[in-house]
Amino acid sequence: MASASVIDPQGITAANVAVAAPMGDIMPPVKARRGFWGFLYRNPSIAIGGTIVLLMVLMAIFAPLLTYADPTALAPARRTREPSAMYWFGTDMLGRDVYSRVIYGARVSLIVGFSVAVLASVIGLTIGLVSGFVRWADSLVMRVMDGMMSIPPILLAIALMALTRGSVQNVIIAITIAEVPRVSRLVRGVVLSLREQPYVDAAVAAGTRTPVIIWRHILPNTIAPMTVQATFICASAMIVESILSFIGAGTPPIIPSWGNIMAEGRALWQVKPYIVFFPALFLSVTVLAVNLLGDGLRDTLDPRMAKRI
Amino acid sequence: MALLEVENLQTHFRSPDGINRAVDGVNFHVNAGETVAIVGESGCGKSVTAMSILRLIPEPPGKIAGAIRFNGRDLLKLSDREMRDIRGNEISMIFQEPMTSLNPVLTVGRQIGETLRLHQGLSAQAAEARAVEMLKLVGIPEPQRRVREYPHQLSGGMRQRVMIAIALACNPKLLIADEPTTALDVTIQAQILDLMRDLKRTVGAAIVIITHDLGVVAEVAERVIVMYAGRKVEEAAVGPLFRSPRHPYTQGLLGSMPKLGSSLTGTETRLQEIPGLVPSLKRKLDGCVFASRCPHATDLCTKVAPALEEKAPGHIAACHYAIKDAVAA
Amino acid sequence: MSTPILEVNDLKKHFPIRGGFFGGVTGQVYAVDGVSFSIAKGETLSLVGESGCGKSTVGKAILQLFPITAGQVILDGKRIDDMAPGTLRPMRRRMQVVFQDPFSSLNPRMRVRDILAEPIRNFGLAKDSADIDRKVGELMDRVRLPRDAVNRWPHEFSGGQRQRICIARALAADPDLIICDEAVSALDVSVKAQIVNLLQDLQKELGLAMLFISHDLAIVEHMTHRVAVMYLGKIVEVAPKRELFAAPKHPYTEALLSAVPVPEPGAQRERIILTGDVPSPIKPPKGCRFHTRCPYAFDRCKQDEPQLRQTEPGHWAACHLHDRPAAENPLAGARGAAVIAHH
Repeated sequence: MASASVIDPQGITAANVAVAAPMGDIMPPVKARRGFWGFLYRNPSIAIGGTIVLLMVLMAIFAPLLTYADPTALAPARRTREPSAMYWFGTDMLGRDVYSRVIYGARVSLIVGFSVAVLASVIGLTIGLVSGFVRWADSLVMRVMDGMMSIPPILLAIALMALTRGSVQNVIIAITIAEVPRVSRLVRGVVLSLREQPYVDAAVAAGTRTPVIIWRHILPNTIAPMTVQATFICASAMIVESILSFIGAGTPPIIPSWGNIMAEGRALWQVKPYIVFFPALFLSVTVLAVNLLGDGLRDTLDPRMAKRI
Repeated sequence: MALLEVENLQTHFRSPDGINRAVDGVNFHVNAGETVAIVGESGCGKSVTAMSILRLIPEPPGKIAGAIRFNGRDLLKLSDREMRDIRGNEISMIFQEPMTSLNPVLTVGRQIGETLRLHQGLSAQAAEARAVEMLKLVGIPEPQRRVREYPHQLSGGMRQRVMIAIALACNPKLLIADEPTTALDVTIQAQILDLMRDLKRTVGAAIVIITHDLGVVAEVAERVIVMYAGRKVEEAAVGPLFRSPRHPYTQGLLGSMPKLGSSLTGTETRLQEIPGLVPSLKRKLDGCVFASRCPHATDLCTKVAPALEEKAPGHIAACHYAIKDAVAA
Repeated sequence: MSTPILEVNDLKKHFPIRGGFFGGVTGQVYAVDGVSFSIAKGETLSLVGESGCGKSTVGKAILQLFPITAGQVILDGKRIDDMAPGTLRPMRRRMQVVFQDPFSSLNPRMRVRDILAEPIRNFGLAKDSADIDRKVGELMDRVRLPRDAVNRWPHEFSGGQRQRICIARALAADPDLIICDEAVSALDVSVKAQIVNLLQDLQKELGLAMLFISHDLAIVEHMTHRVAVMYLGKIVEVAPKRELFAAPKHPYTEALLSAVPVPEPGAQRERIILTGDVPSPIKPPKGCRFHTRCPYAFDRCKQDEPQLRQTEPGHWAACHLHDRPAAENPLAGARGAAVIAHH
């Protein structure tokens, strides 16, 4: 039996005890970075991605202040000028200033990206919650979603656009419909695994009604993976919007969008590559930044998911 | 010279909010053919110690310092190539979760043969023959058939036997078993512990067994090292450790376990609690690491860190107040 | 005898195995296959067995977390397994649960106050929000957590502290029965002792009945009044603690006891090491389910399934050995001490 009699404090003083040799550290101390800067230091992808996205948003909002020319003003006299101090990104075949068009073009891309992300998340969340909780609805809804997912989102969006006329609003609706199945699948998966959590069982045992369980125990725990997914949808929607505009099935030509500008510069690609180059550069950087932000959010919000993907 | 000598082992990890001193100055040795248990609760550094011996700690964020001498060679000074020659060959390891440690797409025979072909240059036929022999050794019925099966076709206990077969295939001098029976049911655990005792006689490898279960320690170990908060706090032969533990932490651990059969002997008492929590290893600890939870702690304990001292022959403990001779309760 | 708080009659839970292209049912997992027992008010019954024996499924079936396949669950004289959800909900107050994993047992997005307030609100146990706060405070005292911790999130607590919160949540409903499903198994030795002591204190203070589901026989012996041993979806032995540990009447119980490692180096004990593994609950063996591993099995065990019957007053076992003369029955004597080992 364990016994306290092997402990004897009699006659033990600081003078006669054996002192352990102190151990030094084998690596330089970690500088504790707190607050906002600490967060940025630990999450560089959120910092870099977020900063670029923020800059793009500010650029789109303050486009009138950042440009020196009307992006839609035609000037046949100064067609296809090379980039210079006067026309920073040059002019297109109708003499419009490419720099101004690219800056204004950010508006369409960002509006489409963010709107689709929000709409697709909300709709997908609803469908996913219903099919995760209602058994008979599940097989029906999921077969429909599977059917939709078997068509590439871009083709589905093109087909939907063919049914209607080109406007930013219709582009948003078309891309949202194409993105919803992916979100629903994700949410359904998350809901099914959350339903198995012991805290949900404990809530049932504690007499909580199903709607409250969904609202209080399931929904809040889908927010983290949903936020991550929303950023990826945002990036994908911006690309799809550009493609739609590029092939003339998206934003009407009167509104400058990166896809439109590239479409118009396509014919002159071999001689005047800058018309395509600048909108393409802005599109790539923005999509990259949004994806970077998504990766960073995934790592901090949902470490388990980071390992899975 | 001992087979394995670990000297001033420190394994630290860098994390955003400080250095995690998972193992901080641990010394011990293992003699050839001996079974040593390292016991402690989660976060005490026992598994990190085992991983450090095989240099399985990712660096960065981790870093290992000190010396780990195996047959006189300091493993920390070897190149990655030389280390690979030692792992699975002279020192091998068994993990807790047999399912995740086996490759699901290779047959059991291939997985045993792999190490043999790698380290001993055996031909495919010779490796398979040896694999069958190993499966027989670890008590798997119908080894000729089982050798061609995949891990998912085996039960948990069988898989752990296969893990042991792989670990023993190259006749290692040292076997490190990290919680080898924790994931198993009690009747299967009994089979595996029985097998390990048997193999010890027939194979003769030294074993370091890492566990939190004092019952398992009592069943298989010859010598026991008790770890707490990244440090060794007590070490003794298994008998004296259980009969007269010197460190208040070891006493607390033993007192907090209910004894099987207590209802028969009428020794049912309230379990002894160790109050409080393990201290954070991210802060530098002054004084004794156990002082904050120790019923006997005084000012001296919180200020002055006790050295490991021999309290009785072969029985060392890091406690100022543990009495210092062979007189025990 | 007064009505038991819980009675389970011939409970069965079979899980369908779905497979194939159309997702049809291709087989059944006989997780629980005819289990009966009762728990008196204020009594602790332990359900022991190895993983896959169905002990956790029994707990969840009693809690009505899924529909049962057959049998009856009777809570304080009222049959609850066929109740409509609306009638069942107020009955749920009387039985609460503490699960194994303290990390997934608490909603990470709820503060401790809200976690504890949920059952109080659901069952209308408080008059107003001040009353809820008072009750939450009392619960924190009961489980020995500081009152000001109610505003914190689950991740700010250690495993042992989280398990205290889970216990507090179970107590919040003011239940008569608590089902502890491996409630201390995931905890470290020293923390385990704290929670075991807490559970014992609470049971004494509040007169709770407890169904203690565990694979740890030493803890069970420490905690319980009676023990039921499960193997492959069936109860093979039920007895008061002292009788079961002193004289196990089923070969499986005897083997379980002898397999537990005891912290006494060099203990002299008789070892019964079972060969092989637990058969699959999809295709349980014919006859006695334990006959494939039983060291004493004879011909009859492969054919007839033994029924639970009384071998001593209050001591029930399902084994054909007890039909044999005592001289041919290795379980006739008090074998507990021999397999557990005591000096």
